[in-house]
Parts: sequence; C-alpha cells; structure tokens
Amino acid sequence: MSKYSMHLLVCGGTGCHASESDAIVCNLRDELEAKGLMDSVQVILTGCFGFCEKGPIVKVMPDNTFYVQVKPEDAQTIVEEHVVKGRKVTRLLYKDPVTMEAIDDSKHMSFFKKQLRIALRNCGFINPENIDEYIARDGYQALGKVLTEMSPDEVIKVVKDSGQRGRGGGGFSTGLKWELARRSVSDEKYVVCNADEGDPGAFMDRSVLEGDPHSVLEAMAICGYSIGASEGLIYIRAEYPLAIERLKIAINQAREYGLLGNDIFGTGFNFDITLRYGAGAFVCGEETALIHSMEGLRGEPTIKPPFPAESGYRNQPTNVNNVETFASIPAIILKGSEWFSSIGTEKSKGTKVFALAGKINNVGLIEVPMGTTLREVIFEIGGGIRNGKKFKGVQTGGPSGGCLTEKHLDTPIDFDNLIAAGSMMGSGAMIVLDEDDCMVSMARFFLDFTVEESCGKCAPCRIGNKRLHELLGQICEGKGTLADLDRLKNMSLVIKDTSLCGLGQTSPNPVLSMLDNFREEYVSHVTHKKCPAGQCKSLMEYVVNAENCVGCTACARVCPVNAITGERKEIHYIDPSVCIKCGACIEKCKFDAIFIR
Amino acid sequence: MSKITSLADLKKKREELKTGMDIRVKAINPENVVQVKVAMATCGIASGAKTVMEFFLEQLERRNVAAIVTQTGCMGYCYAEPTIEVKLPGADPVVFGFVDLKRADQIIEKYIKTGELVDGIIPVNYQTIDLKE
Repeated sequence: MSKYSMHLLVCGGTGCHASESDAIVCNLRDELEAKGLMDSVQVILTGCFGFCEKGPIVKVMPDNTFYVQVKPEDAQTIVEEHVVKGRKVTRLLYKDPVTMEAIDDSKHMSFFKKQLRIALRNCGFINPENIDEYIARDGYQALGKVLTEMSPDEVIKVVKDSGQRGRGGGGFSTGLKWELARRSVSDEKYVVCNADEGDPGAFMDRSVLEGDPHSVLEAMAICGYSIGASEGLIYIRAEYPLAIERLKIAINQAREYGLLGNDIFGTGFNFDITLRYGAGAFVCGEETALIHSMEGLRGEPTIKPPFPAESGYRNQPTNVNNVETFASIPAIILKGSEWFSSIGTEKSKGTKVFALAGKINNVGLIEVPMGTTLREVIFEIGGGIRNGKKFKGVQTGGPSGGCLTEKHLDTPIDFDNLIAAGSMMGSGAMIVLDEDDCMVSMARFFLDFTVEESCGKCAPCRIGNKRLHELLGQICEGKGTLADLDRLKNMSLVIKDTSLCGLGQTSPNPVLSMLDNFREEYVSHVTHKKCPAGQCKSLMEYVVNAENCVGCTACARVCPVNAITGERKEIHYIDPSVCIKCGACIEKCKFDAIFIR
Repeated sequence: MSKITSLADLKKKREELKTGMDIRVKAINPENVVQVKVAMATCGIASGAKTVMEFFLEQLERRNVAAIVTQTGCMGYCYAEPTIEVKLPGADPVVFGFVDLKRADQIIEKYIKTGELVDGIIPVNYQTIDLKE
C-alpha cells in the first residue's frame, strides 16, 4: 500500500544538524527530482541516531544501509549508485573499528549493541496491564522452571554465579543476600521489594513498575521460593500512583491465573504479594528504615548488624532487593548464570539502567552493559551536550555520589571504578553539567536535598550537613574564606565517618568530589569573589557600559526594583545595593549597554 | 480466567497466546492491520500520551483503518514524549516522537495510509534480549 519503495533517513540530531544535514536533505531531493524518483523514494529528517561522532548519518530503508560522515556533495553518488543501480556506496559505509571491514547492514553494527536491555526488556513492548502479553513473552516461565526443576539452593547458586550485584546503589551480591536469608532459621520470612526510589533524577524503578510489573512479581516469587518465604511486600512511595495502579492490576491478574496464591503450578508452594505505601522520605530507601516504616514506626535507620537477613520485618528474616535487581532475575534464571556473567566487567556483571538528565541532548532512560564508558553514554547514546556547550562534569549516584569530570570520560563504568573515582553507582541517575553550571551552587543544591531528607536521628548527619550547607551558602554569597574550604573538607570527612546510615555516610560526597575536581573554582569564589560560571548572583554586578548607553530609559522602566536611574538621553546607572540581578534589563537593552561584571 | 495449575499449562497458554494473537491479527484483515503502541508511563501521560491514544483509537476507527492500538510502558525517549511505535504489516516498526494531535493526524494520513514517513522519527538504537532458552 506504500507508494514509496525506499526511504532515505537523514539524521537531524543536533550534532548532525550542525554538520549540514539540511543541505544533504536538499541535495538528495534535488537528485531524486532530476531522476524523476520523487514519487517512489522519500527523504526525511529523523531524530538523533546517537552516533554523532560519525555524523552526518544517512540510513537507507528497507535494506538498513548505514552511511556515515556523509557530505552534501555525496547526495549525487548515493542516488545514482544506491537508489538507481542498487549498488551500495562502499566508501561511505560504516567500517568496523576493529576489523576495518565495511558493514552494509546496520543490524550488524557493534554500535547498536551498545545498549542491551535486560531489566527493561519488556518496557515499551508489552501492555503492562495485560498479563497475557507478559506470558507471550515467556513471562512466568522462570518461576515455573524454578518450582518444578530446581531446588532452592540451586536457584541461589545460579543467582550467585551470575555475579549480579544490587542495583539500588550498594552493590551487594544478590545471591549472597539470598543465601544469608535462606540460612536464617524461621518458619516466617519475608521478601521485600524496595521501590522507594528517591534520588533526584532517577526514575528507572518507576519505569520498570509502570512498564513491566509482572517481571518484579515473578522475581519476588522466585526469591520467596529460594529463601523459604511465602509473603512478599512491595514498599512503594505514594507519589507513584500509576505504578501502584499497574502493580495492583498485575497482582490481581497473577492471582486469578494462580501464579500468585496457594499451590502455585501444583507444587505446593504458596506465595502472595501485598503493597505498602511510603510517604516519600529519602531515608526510607535505606533497608532498615524501610522496614521500620512498613511496621508503622518512624522511618529511621538502625545500626546493622543485625542485618535484615537475620532480623528484619516483624523481627523475622527478610530479604530486601531493589526493583531493577528483581527485574533481571527471570532472565538470569532462563538464560543462565554464564550468560549473565559474560556481560559486563570482572566484578560488575550484567547491565545497568541509567537515567540521563541535565544538559544532555537525549534525556532518557538507557540500559548498557557494565563497563561502558561515560563517553559512550554521554556523547554517543546521549547525543552530547545541549546547545553545543562544553562538557563540565556528570554527577552519578545522585546526592550520594560524586561529580566526575573530563578525565573520567574513558573510565569503564562499574561499581568499583566509580568508587575509585570518588563517586558511586547509586541508583543510576546521571546529571550532566555543562560550562554554565557552578560547582559550588551544585554542591549546595545536592546538600539542600540531603538536609531536607535527613531523618535527624544522628547528630553528624542532622547538624553536620546543615553546617556544610551554610558554609556553601556563604561561599556562594562571597563571604567565604580559604580556611572555609579546609573546614568543608574536614567536616565532610567527619560526617562520612560518623553517620549512622548510608544517607549521612554519603551525603558529603558531592562536596568532596567537586572540591577535589574543581578546587580552582572554589578558590575563585573565596579569594577573588568571582563565580567563573556566572551563576552565583551575589558575586555578580550589573553595570552600564557608558559607550553603548544611549539613554533610552527602556531598562529603567523594566527594572522591578527601580535600581536604575538616569535622565532621558543620558547614561544610566545601576545601584548595586538595590539590584536583585534578575537580568530583565539585559534582555530589554537593544544596545548591548549592560553587562555582568 | 482459568487457573494455570502446572508449568505445562503455562507453556500451552504461552503458545496459545502467541498464535492467538496472530489469528486475531490476521482475522481482521490479512493485509491491513496496523499496530500502534503508545508509551504510557507517568511521564508520557504528563506530556499528553493519553489524549494521543484516545485520538488514535477514535480516529483509526472513524477513518476505517483496521488497527490495534495498545498502551505500553516507557520507551526511554524522555526528550521526545509523547512517543508511539507504529508497525505496518510487513515492515519494521517505526518509533515517532513529539506526537501531538497534529502529528498524530499526519501519522494516520501519511504513514499509516500511504507509507509516507513524517517528521519525528526516533532511530531505535538498542538490542533487547530474547528469553527463549
């Protein structure tokens, strides 16, 4: 029914656009017109292919030919050779970086293997509100296999051998955690799914629960069988209403099919799942605080040991795993531990979902094998920095992580490398910063969050973070001294060493890593009272350039606080003690007569 | 719904569902069934995916296009919400981003009816695993 037999897709992403994709489109259309092919071949601009390094890209459908670094003058060759004669233009084909062979079908390009979706395998494919679609994609087969063919110890061995580590941030071995819970003796045990996703910028758990809730339910049942539990609880924040709704639907459908409940698959194994709602406190993502919250107590952490595996919910052995950790389990069971451990790095196996946010072109959710570099994630999959600005850093691990810089771009991402670089995996949020971001303000921004979210139980976190926050505030306002920088560092180290739980132990990380990696910027704030990124308002001064000012009075009229004075046709003056640095005058001035000093 | 009481039951169910979907798809019209999936996670809905889905449901029927419109979860393209995937019979699925009602209308009139692509195509650049043992 299509009148077009061929489509030429030209990448219109920001990177390719800058290198003339518009001209390529024009030339291709002209060539087709000249050959009278406009009715059967269509040229269209697409979104970013994520392959900006080799742009501009032209992809030919339906044969999947992938041309790289195409120039506008190549349009003629592509049309004459490929479109008319059906011969691929070898010199424009992508060449494998290892074998140097030209690849003529993009499906064979290693680039498209950079993203591998395991935890997200069904997200965006199936209807999350229909259990049949999950079953049609081999859903609940892993549970069936476990219950009918494997002993609990065998299941734990597979999970252990797979090398999977907890995706919630800590990176503890999933299999080992299960084993500890199994070894604890009790006839009442619990499986808990930690869906209290709270890192600013992280939304992978929500996406999994909203897109593929059954994968989590199935994995929890598998876990229940392995450790000897018949009850599962999902601790989810009430701020995720759609995820809650879809979980409820999924639980009901699974019960109706008998995939949750008593005597599952006729094996005598009983398992059911209920939901527990959190009020959205960050600290409740910490497993002991989470358990207290589920018990109806204040969401405060307690000292470990005892670990939840020995004494957790209702003082019974409890296994707590994160959503993304659970979502990969059915795949590990069906495809085996060897398959999973063949992906990733030596000590971090499998894939990790990252949420890309901040000053990056392709803001989104991606899943890549462990060991992928930051450069690949940010500049290839993420499409680079927005508006052609310069990359400055990337905050990984949310407010508990650190800021990595240019020198870390080629570090393979895994649990241990990130810690060695002064950050952490965390839940997988990546906030990309560009040259306009001030590293003092950024550190203060993350501390804003931790100060707000500290439960207040222990003094280092409650008082220490507050003091850190105040110090950063003073530096932003130009009231800091060089001694304050040492004070920041010392206080951070004390908070890390003496806080009770993970929240306080990690909250100074942004300060420490930014201080380390951007010391000159901090020094500039305290000694020269200048903010190099131009973000700290107190350190800016709006000044009239006498040469350009014509005295039109436009700025004075738009100023909300009447800080600008001056007669008509005379040079104006901005009173710095009144000015609130809102920038309205700069926007209004047609003569470039106002600048920031 | 009947209970699934054994693994054999589940396997049978899976095969039924796989072929069942095929039969259902083919029964309507072997050549002309279009499948539209709308990414309906919170973020998609917040950007207007629900209106877009309703539009497709209503308009495809009104314009006599035999199609199956379903919702799905997050596709990962936050920068381009709302996003949808359209699969024409015999063709690879195509993902479109920034789908407002105007673009939805273009997608029906141009891509679905004539195979002519419209703006907003998002090249899919990932692999997904197959759980088949």
